[in-house]
Amino acid sequence: MAPVIELDRLVVRLGERTILDGLTGTLAGRAIGLLGPNGAGKSTLINTLLGFHPATSGAVRVFGADVREAKALRRLIGYMPESDAFISHMTGVRFVRYMAELAGLPAEAALERAHEAFFYVGLGEARYRKLGTYSLGMKQLAKLAQAIAHGPRLLLLDEPTNGLDPPARQRMIRLIREIRDAGQMHILISSHLLRDVEETCEEVVILREGRIAAHCDLETERRSNRKFVELETAGSATSFTTAVQGLGAECAFYPNGHGIARVKVVLPDAVEMRELFRLAAEHDVQIRRMNYRRDSLEDIFLAAMKDKEKKKEGEHGRP
Amino acid sequence: MAVHKRAYRPYEGPLTAERWRFLVLPRYGLLELFESRLLTAFAVLCFVPFLVEASAIYVAHSPAVRALLEISSASDFVRTPGFFVVTLTVQGWLAFVLTTWVAPVLISPDLVNGALPLYLSRPFTRAEYVLGKATVLMTLLSAITWVPGLLLFALEAGLAEGWGRQNIRIAVALFAGAWVWILELTLMGLALSAWIRWRIVASAALAGVFFMGAAFGEMWLEVLDGPWGRVTNLPYLMGLVWRSLFGVFSRESVAQEMLNAGPGRDLPIWAAWAGLAATAALSVWLLDRRLRAREVVS
Repeated sequence: MAPVIELDRLVVRLGERTILDGLTGTLAGRAIGLLGPNGAGKSTLINTLLGFHPATSGAVRVFGADVREAKALRRLIGYMPESDAFISHMTGVRFVRYMAELAGLPAEAALERAHEAFFYVGLGEARYRKLGTYSLGMKQLAKLAQAIAHGPRLLLLDEPTNGLDPPARQRMIRLIREIRDAGQMHILISSHLLRDVEETCEEVVILREGRIAAHCDLETERRSNRKFVELETAGSATSFTTAVQGLGAECAFYPNGHGIARVKVVLPDAVEMRELFRLAAEHDVQIRRMNYRRDSLEDIFLAAMKDKEKKKEGEHGRP
Repeated sequence: MAVHKRAYRPYEGPLTAERWRFLVLPRYGLLELFESRLLTAFAVLCFVPFLVEASAIYVAHSPAVRALLEISSASDFVRTPGFFVVTLTVQGWLAFVLTTWVAPVLISPDLVNGALPLYLSRPFTRAEYVLGKATVLMTLLSAITWVPGLLLFALEAGLAEGWGRQNIRIAVALFAGAWVWILELTLMGLALSAWIRWRIVASAALAGVFFMGAAFGEMWLEVLDGPWGRVTNLPYLMGLVWRSLFGVFSRESVAQEMLNAGPGRDLPIWAAWAGLAATAALSVWLLDRRLRAREVVS
């Protein structure tokens, strides 16, 4: 797949602070999640992609073009900022039309697409109302409408579900998925909400303190963990785990005392789940709880945060 | 595609020329401004002095109308550069009032709700943004300064044969002098509006800069008996530049009397130009500092 964003030892310093510290990587997914705790550098990376912040050193390319040629590149980008961004006295449709015209669309085409964008995001009925009268959820959707009206190839969404109530959040997530599945544009979503990214993205970059702490393909992770089973057993876990290993499975157990143990099993593709029940019966082991689970994004995120902490401790000479 | 079909489609149509895209801003800006009846009424009011001055020129050239109005003799004042300095001064003050009204309306709504990153995330630069907003002001101010000024010149030239050719300097001075004032007002108006997000406060600040500066300059003149404090008096600086452009420095000049000028009380012309240039440069610097997609706090 052709790369969407290429980061080449990208360093961004703002004042005395280094915000992005040598980012390197290639992002090529249809929907890319940018995760990290507050202050990790997510918004700075988006601002750098838009040319708002210059790279102190290194380079960043979007669709193969250096972001220093920001003006030409911005034609291909739609941007939905995190904070409020609207002109309160304008009606919704006029605002989106105005923004589309600034992106280069002729007036008539801009008007047509402004109407379409408003219907697309579900605000068709409110398009002649002034933006200042919109609720927070409606303002978020209006921001999305202005970001897609000019037909960009890359959509940058900075915390798109910020401040939304659950139904509005669901609506936003559904829209992002629809845009992703339509296959017309790539999406980069910056968020600190793991669930949002997990529900919408296939590739994830986790930032921490301006560095890439993890970069993974969620689909591959999901596939590789498809047969990951966690059991709580009562009885002789030792003989049971030996028998499970005999099936060719990877297996580990953690005794909790009083004959209770937690057993983690990664089953080979050819082995069915019922084999576990058969072996448990043979070894007189009760299976009291069973979770058919995969590594969630939360596990990946926490592991990335932990790795960094370990590295940091190592750098400081601590055990 | 009908609007009720909820599906996204990419845009593959033609694009507008990049170099003229900044004109989208004045188109929307002017439309919105003239949605206000009050502003429309004021804009119309700005042409009243022009109509009065045009009538004065016509009366001066028409013995029949003079007889009808029982005016004994024709005034030559309408033919002098002084008449056009007065015209420009009156229109210049109206331009100032219009700027205090319009400039904050142009910039504040974009800054109050953080719309600036949306402009600048498009193929649109900060310079184009300023140029687009400035075009709105420059269009309005042109319409009430040099355009009616040149119409008056044309009227006088049309009624008095040979006068136009002999006094072409007046037309040049009108055009150039008006543009200096327009640029000064536009840059200052936009700069102050960019720093003060509340429209009314921005208008008051703009008025304050003019009147406080003028008051300071005149106090300096009276207390210290020296002209250099007047470098903060922008209307005075502009008046001085206009008088130099029109070449009216005689003691009989009405403009000179109006501006409280006299030997030892006036700044040199170069100082007036330098004061105006410094104000414009300061305004550009303020705009550059303020109009950014993202503010960096170090």
